[in-house]
Amino acid sequence: MTDASMDSAPTKGRLTTVDARTKKRNAAEKRFKAYGLTAILIGLFFLVVLAVSILRSGLPAFTQANVQVEFTLSQDEYDAAEGQMLKTKAYENLFIAALENQLEERGLEVDFDAAAIERLLGKTGGTIREFFLENPDRIGTPVTFDLAASSRVDGYLKGRVTRESVVDSRFLMVSDLDLVDALRDAGIITSGFNWNFITGSDSGVDNPGGAGIGVSVIGSFFMMLVVLALSLPIGVAASIYLEEFAPQNWFTDLIEVNISNLAAVPSIVFGILGLAVFIQFMHLPQSAPLVGGLVLTLMTLPTIIISTRASLKSVPPSIREAALGVGASKMQTVFHHVLPLAAPGILTGTIIGLAQALGETAPLLLIGMVGFIARAYPEGVASGFIDPNSAMPAQIYTWASRADPGFYEKAWGGIIILLIFLLTMNIIAIILRRRFERRW
Amino acid sequence: MSVKLSASALAIAAVSATSALARDNVQIAGSSTVLPYASIVAEAFGENTDFPTPVVESGGSSSGLKRFCEGVGENTIDIANSSRPIREAEIAACAENGVTDIIEVRIGYDGIVFASQQSGPDFNAFVPADIYNAIGAQVMKDGALVENDYQTWSEFNGDLPDAEIAMFIPGTKHGTREVFEEQVLLAGCEATGAMEAMIAGGMSEDDAEDSCLDVRQDGKSVDIDGDYTETLARIDANTNGIGVFGLAFYENNTDKLKVATMSGVAPSTETIASGEYPVSRPLFFYVKKAHIGVIPGLKDFAQFFVADELAGPNGPLAQYGLVSDPELAKTQQAVADEKVMGADL
Repeated sequence: MTDASMDSAPTKGRLTTVDARTKKRNAAEKRFKAYGLTAILIGLFFLVVLAVSILRSGLPAFTQANVQVEFTLSQDEYDAAEGQMLKTKAYENLFIAALENQLEERGLEVDFDAAAIERLLGKTGGTIREFFLENPDRIGTPVTFDLAASSRVDGYLKGRVTRESVVDSRFLMVSDLDLVDALRDAGIITSGFNWNFITGSDSGVDNPGGAGIGVSVIGSFFMMLVVLALSLPIGVAASIYLEEFAPQNWFTDLIEVNISNLAAVPSIVFGILGLAVFIQFMHLPQSAPLVGGLVLTLMTLPTIIISTRASLKSVPPSIREAALGVGASKMQTVFHHVLPLAAPGILTGTIIGLAQALGETAPLLLIGMVGFIARAYPEGVASGFIDPNSAMPAQIYTWASRADPGFYEKAWGGIIILLIFLLTMNIIAIILRRRFERRW
Repeated sequence: MSVKLSASALAIAAVSATSALARDNVQIAGSSTVLPYASIVAEAFGENTDFPTPVVESGGSSSGLKRFCEGVGENTIDIANSSRPIREAEIAACAENGVTDIIEVRIGYDGIVFASQQSGPDFNAFVPADIYNAIGAQVMKDGALVENDYQTWSEFNGDLPDAEIAMFIPGTKHGTREVFEEQVLLAGCEATGAMEAMIAGGMSEDDAEDSCLDVRQDGKSVDIDGDYTETLARIDANTNGIGVFGLAFYENNTDKLKVATMSGVAPSTETIASGEYPVSRPLFFYVKKAHIGVIPGLKDFAQFFVADELAGPNGPLAQYGLVSDPELAKTQQAVADEKVMGADL
């Protein structure tokens, strides 16, 4: 303020009356608030659009049209089917015959033949064979199977496929849809919650009804175990040394610069590194969650080191000085006082780093975890690390690139499951921070 | 810290456990066109035999063959899928790394189709010359070879709609690109007389062939390096867009796509098998013979793949869109005998 303005102030009147300059400042403030609010509203708008489109495209993946048939397999039929090369096809044909019989018994007033029924069914042979291999005592007794209908029938019940859209298709005829309607009225085709989508494994491209994300969730889980077991101790040890013990010189400065740089390196680079070092040099198995975890560890380490150092820094020096003052050694100071106080911050950083690693696909492309990797659940902890498996984002990517629109729906459904995991991890991070963080 | 110790002990245990364990699953990579068929067979193989389900990765024919040729050993792949025959240069690269005995297996044929948006204009009068005129770098215009500046299809063929040219073609890492170049671009280049004009302009025949394969770079033709779903997404967003697809992919998406005829023939498994539809290519996979007997189930998988029950005219592969090979019996015999490439018949 200059003297002139101070002199002129009293002549302008009292503090309570609003003059032009104050008005201008108030208006500027209002405008700024409006800008901020608009920015938030735009952000919220896109969030809503995103959430709605994900839910709208993805929720249908959680239901599945099923065909229910009671089916008796004789020992002769079993032996004949097992004697063939493509055993599952034999079971499928038996199932189709059983369904055809059942339809005739019920006297449905639509024309159909075996080919039409085959078009209605998904791939069912694998499930039937597996059931009878596991339960040989059920051969000869009636068993009720509730098996996935074909992806077009499924789409028809969900409204994705219409009578107009199947006109050019050779996978489903318009006349088949009359049969579907009749079967639905008769209660043979039903739509139910698709547990297989949550617990199952990937399936061949002609079998969207059999695809599930469960096995790849296990793959992601084992990868995250590796990332946690390696990056947390290494990251925390490195940060403690750099922050508390290391002398400040050009060498530590260099390390610091490099860690910041590493945090910004595109993740695909770590994939190439992983391929060269872990698979080609160390001869670790391809497509294994162990290798995936090692690669993601490299990617997560900088994140954890940076957040750990930040939380170590935020512990006030007075705590260290007090500990040193009563005779604690440097190491006692760190482990008895500084680390416990920094722990909530470290945990938060770790969980956020893990969440980032969980959603990563690019590095997995190069180590063979993206593709058709349908497997049963791993048999134990060791096989969980070593046996080929996919990961959630890789599975979603694979589904999204398949021709059948049924898989596209599955990809969106997979996104919902992945988001649930990410959301849970982030909420845990927030809760930990809220409960244990201390402020000075 | 005990936590840290146990964590690193776990990691060391895991690492040492792997080196002791041998790989028991077949590992496959390569063409994204063969991937669907390979995954159908892989699933059936896992369901019908006691062997574990093979792992099938995508990535394109060239990248698959490159990985195939990296060497012999458990950390290399056993089978490369390819939508084109292996090249001489690739065989040489393989041999350099010790991969000498390669079994070539032809699984069938696939049609390459041109499709546009369901609600877009009809393209019913294509011949290869039209595609060349649309996207070739240099075309014949009024009897002279000029830089391609055509904007709409009707400018060079009155039977085609007055729609802007927008082609989405497979990128160079795809085997499909090579077939597209040979059977469409080169054929079109010859048919329009552009090739003759290039040779007359002083080019050698090889150089002329190479220039025939150049596509214009002004955005009318877009290389798609991803899968067909990417092409589909681009077509979805562009009413005039025409994309190059495999037959099976088109048949799965007939509600979104409209197929263009080529030389008056609509593509289907029948017209491709009879040879009426002009643009088709054989699909292959290549087996590393050195891995047979080392990787459990490798030969069984190759035999399973080409068995009549799968690759035959009534098998699941044909159902999905593969045009089955009339000479399948010969292939089955070759696989059973483990006949390597280059060996006498």
